[in-house]
Amino acid sequence: MNKFIPFAIFCAISLALYVGLSLNPSNIPSELINDPVPEFALTEVGSDTASFSSETLATEEDVIIMNFFASWCAPCYVEHPFLMELKNRGYKIYGVAYKDRARNITRFLEEQGNPYTQVGADENGRVGIEFGVYGMPETYIIKNGIIKYKHIGPILEMQFEDEFIPILESAR
Amino acid sequence: MIVELGHFALILACLLSFIQGTFPLYGALKNRGRLMSLSAPAAYGQFFFVAISFFALMYAFIVSDFSVVNVAKNSHTLKPLLYKISATWGSHEGSILFWAFVLALYGAMVAYFGRRLPKSFHVTVLAVQAMVGFGFYLFLLLTSNPFERVFPFPMEGNGLNPLLQDPGLAFHPPLLYMGYVGLSVTFSFAVGALIAGRVDAAWARWVRPWTLLAWCFLTAGLSLGSWWAYYELGWGGWWFWDPVENAAFMPWLVATGLLHSAIVVEKRDTLKAWTILLAIIAFSFSLLGTFIVRSGVLTSVHAFATDPERGVFILAFLFLVIGGSLLLFAMRADRLQPGGLFAPVSRESMLVINNLLLSVAALVVLFGTLYPLLRDALTGDKITVGPPFFNMAFGFLMIPLLLVMGLGPSTNWKRADLVGLLGRLKFIMLAALLATIVIFYIVDGGEIMAAVWLGLGLWLLLSTLFEWAERVKLFKSGFMARIIRQPRASMGMSFGHLGLAIAVIGISGTSYWNLEHQDIMRYGDSASIGGYDVTLRDTDGIAGPNYTAVKATFDVSRDGSTITTLEPEARVYMTPPMPTTEAAILSTLSADLFVVIGEANNKEHTEWAVRLYYKPLQLWLWAGVAIMVLGGLISLSDRRFRMGAPTRGYK
Repeated sequence: MNKFIPFAIFCAISLALYVGLSLNPSNIPSELINDPVPEFALTEVGSDTASFSSETLATEEDVIIMNFFASWCAPCYVEHPFLMELKNRGYKIYGVAYKDRARNITRFLEEQGNPYTQVGADENGRVGIEFGVYGMPETYIIKNGIIKYKHIGPILEMQFEDEFIPILESAR
Repeated sequence: MIVELGHFALILACLLSFIQGTFPLYGALKNRGRLMSLSAPAAYGQFFFVAISFFALMYAFIVSDFSVVNVAKNSHTLKPLLYKISATWGSHEGSILFWAFVLALYGAMVAYFGRRLPKSFHVTVLAVQAMVGFGFYLFLLLTSNPFERVFPFPMEGNGLNPLLQDPGLAFHPPLLYMGYVGLSVTFSFAVGALIAGRVDAAWARWVRPWTLLAWCFLTAGLSLGSWWAYYELGWGGWWFWDPVENAAFMPWLVATGLLHSAIVVEKRDTLKAWTILLAIIAFSFSLLGTFIVRSGVLTSVHAFATDPERGVFILAFLFLVIGGSLLLFAMRADRLQPGGLFAPVSRESMLVINNLLLSVAALVVLFGTLYPLLRDALTGDKITVGPPFFNMAFGFLMIPLLLVMGLGPSTNWKRADLVGLLGRLKFIMLAALLATIVIFYIVDGGEIMAAVWLGLGLWLLLSTLFEWAERVKLFKSGFMARIIRQPRASMGMSFGHLGLAIAVIGISGTSYWNLEHQDIMRYGDSASIGGYDVTLRDTDGIAGPNYTAVKATFDVSRDGSTITTLEPEARVYMTPPMPTTEAAILSTLSADLFVVIGEANNKEHTEWAVRLYYKPLQLWLWAGVAIMVLGGLISLSDRRFRMGAPTRGYK
């Protein structure tokens, strides 16, 4: 038996671990990329009818941004001003309020401003589960009802330039 | 003030470990008695100062001194005292300090109990132990200082993850660490032997008790963690093949192999290089486990504070310690000449098979744990390796292991007669087979694999009892005296194997015959599972010291007669805000009934989500593991291993 084999195996493992350290374990792509959005129908905040649904997204002509948020989520407050700016730049943003009460959502939007074309109230979190959401906030890029991209966590300006714009451009 | 003392003591311990790791070693190489005599006092001193340091941190937690960053991040004034204390080792910094503390404790024990070892060897072992310690002290002082202050200090702490606020988990890390770090002693002995270029029976007699001690702690720690997962996570599972679990399981597998190969070195003076290699690998897995848990290189439900910079430090340290010792092994292993020869069928071969299977199993677990990482690093694909892979690959290896385990103890050293052996044990095989068929008939069948595992468990149980009965010549005159007077090591072996047999039977029951029932229940509704009728009587809002909870009351009856009431809780902790489930479990020898209360299904709080699990033979698993630990402790009390006993032959 060559006595150097254990040492060689260990070196290979160390190298892999070293490379592994530079990877970001929270960077997990969505299983749903290039799939149609899961079917859903949500009541719009401030109304009683199910007016915001997967159908809305499928018939939407523009490439749109869909943002899961909640008034109880601190990072969402950080992200919100940037969403307002995106709205001003002319992007169309749909919102889903995840596990939140209508009263709180309304107050949140009154205080922080409303960047959303429509806001669906996902009170029991079912739609969030269908989308595979596991942290607040999360943002999707959707074209003709097809999911193109998923971003976890608040969107920072630099990330938007680097990650979102190429996809938004190519999807157009 | 006390916190600063702790910090200062930590620096002193670091310096002492440097002294212990260098000057006496130089003295040993140059044969300078005065330099060598520095060794033991340095080991005691190091332990003394790191103990001061550790208890200073514990003090800061007990009095909730939030000017210490670590306390502010991990404690809270409302937390019960037990969890304030356990938070000392619950945080990243604290757990590393605890590592260093246990390492120094073992170092001091080796210094004391090993004082009759040949001086130069004793000094070398302590030096290796100190060098590992030095790395941990540097890691603490440079990247993870537990005594760092913050100003202005917060009025209240962040609290500890509520899932961890549980008596089972308060003691799980210390036990596990005692096991992890206990393997450092075996490692130091192995590296010492490589430096000295000599391994003999006396060496094995020295190494075995330390391995046994570490193994007992590891087994107890692992099972306590598993038990916690079982009753706290609320899914009725007890093993998830999570990277952090695997990190603790790999050293256990290798330590189990080491335990057995050291016997061969002791009795037959062979398998030396292999045993040394196992000793190095066992501790390497301990270090690797620490790296995996502390660096954040793998995602896991055990989401501890993670930091890549610390990861680089640990990896560099890992490379020095493991890589260095493996290189030393590669250069020196040839000097370890094997002694006794043995035939292909013999006790030695059985132990070699045991070693091979356990090592391959450890490699399989390592591969499954690291594969997602390798794949991500090479191709960028994100995948997870889940229980199906581990259950299949690991299970596949355990089948021959359990088969051989039944044969091994009845096999002679040097050369055995396979035909005669199988002839002696054929009735046992037949009995195990028959018992499996009968049990299958009684419980109305099940999966094939269920029968395989049940059969293997029964085979091991019966063959272990048979070997024991043969050994003590049961029912022949004077057998009572023989039962009591047999060597403790053999007694321990019987208990150890018996424990595993019982655990395997338990695993087959709980894995293959479990039942699950989820339901929305109103007050007065009943659900039946595994012959029990479970009725939701009432729910009640209650408040604990740092949580509020819904407590449900279930009446449990069987065949119309009430047996007991079960009261599961759904708690919501305040700091940090987090829901936890407190399952209520009715444990009997035949099965566990496991009840979990979930969320209310309507706004009036009259309908509740309820989960019921029926887990046959679950108790057997815990009992089996406890018997295994008991076996280890009995073996540890063997006269041969009395740590202070003079060693012969090692000159």
